[in-house]
Amino acid sequence: MTTRIVEVRAGVLRRNDEVARALRREFEAAGVFVVNLVSSPGTGKTSLLQLTLSRLRESGIRTAALVGDLETDNDARRLAESGVPVKQINTHGRCHLEADMIGTHLASFDVAALDYLFIENVGNLVCPASYDLGEALRVVLLSVTEGEDKPLKYPTMVNSSDLAVITKIDLAAVCEFDRAAAHAAIHDVRPAMPILEVSARRGIGIDPWLASLAERREAWLDRLGPAAPGT
Amino acid sequence: MHEIDLAQDIVNLALEQASRLRATRVLAVNLRVGQLAGVEAGALHAAYREASARTVLAGSRLAIIDVPLVVWCAVCLAEVTPVRINRLRCPRCDTAAGEIRRGRELEIAALEVDA
Repeated sequence: MTTRIVEVRAGVLRRNDEVARALRREFEAAGVFVVNLVSSPGTGKTSLLQLTLSRLRESGIRTAALVGDLETDNDARRLAESGVPVKQINTHGRCHLEADMIGTHLASFDVAALDYLFIENVGNLVCPASYDLGEALRVVLLSVTEGEDKPLKYPTMVNSSDLAVITKIDLAAVCEFDRAAAHAAIHDVRPAMPILEVSARRGIGIDPWLASLAERREAWLDRLGPAAPGT
Repeated sequence: MHEIDLAQDIVNLALEQASRLRATRVLAVNLRVGQLAGVEAGALHAAYREASARTVLAGSRLAIIDVPLVVWCAVCLAEVTPVRINRLRCPRCDTAAGEIRRGRELEIAALEVDA
């Protein structure tokens, strides 16, 4: 018997990534634009999503939401008030959503009949960064109450996202929030990342946010080519 | 603490490979971890000890090989390593450099086995 070192080269997240790739193909075939919302707890994912779902529904755009939560279905119940299909994913203590959780819970939706599917990830700025859910867009939310340097503390999450949304912007003055410093911190971690500022409570910045989603969905559909459904 | 899940994934993968190699004992699992992989080494070591217990991997060493963050600087036309992972700028010319070339890895590089 001999001791030897055998090269392996196997990605630790291989299984999740395979499931995510299959989901992405399914979403592309169905023409549904999937948005993964990530943030720390209390940033306002549910509030922004609630307003987003209502506004899109009023415009005749077909949406649904999957909501990750450690234990409760409070967020799902809030979101269901918007009148769109919402499904709760209880992770039972796990700190993030994984691709197979999305796959399992998709069965309750008619995916092909959707324009957007929103995924509200578990409130956590660390763990969800590692898990591809097959989304087309990852949005990181940062609130003015969290401090301008939050991105510097959680570079992996911010860097893995495509778009940053600063929430609770109506409280900026009260919190003495330094906008320039916040933007600089985001751009230190992810140069040139687009940044939006919103307040779900006051309805500030919601139109640009919805326009940004629509633009990105259009560009995504264009990339998929003329054969894509939903165009 | 997704390190608990990651440790389980590492153990499953390593067991798969060990069985393929017909290894009677695994001494070490060499893991490449990018600086921007979002993994906390201390937590991963603890979770690995737990997940590997009562398997062929019990008592094996999880050897973490750090992979530095490498970005492309469009001004210097070179791959460079930023001074900090939360300031993606070229250390030579201080230009923002967001195109990541390496540093997100999370993979088993090799197994040290008795076979």
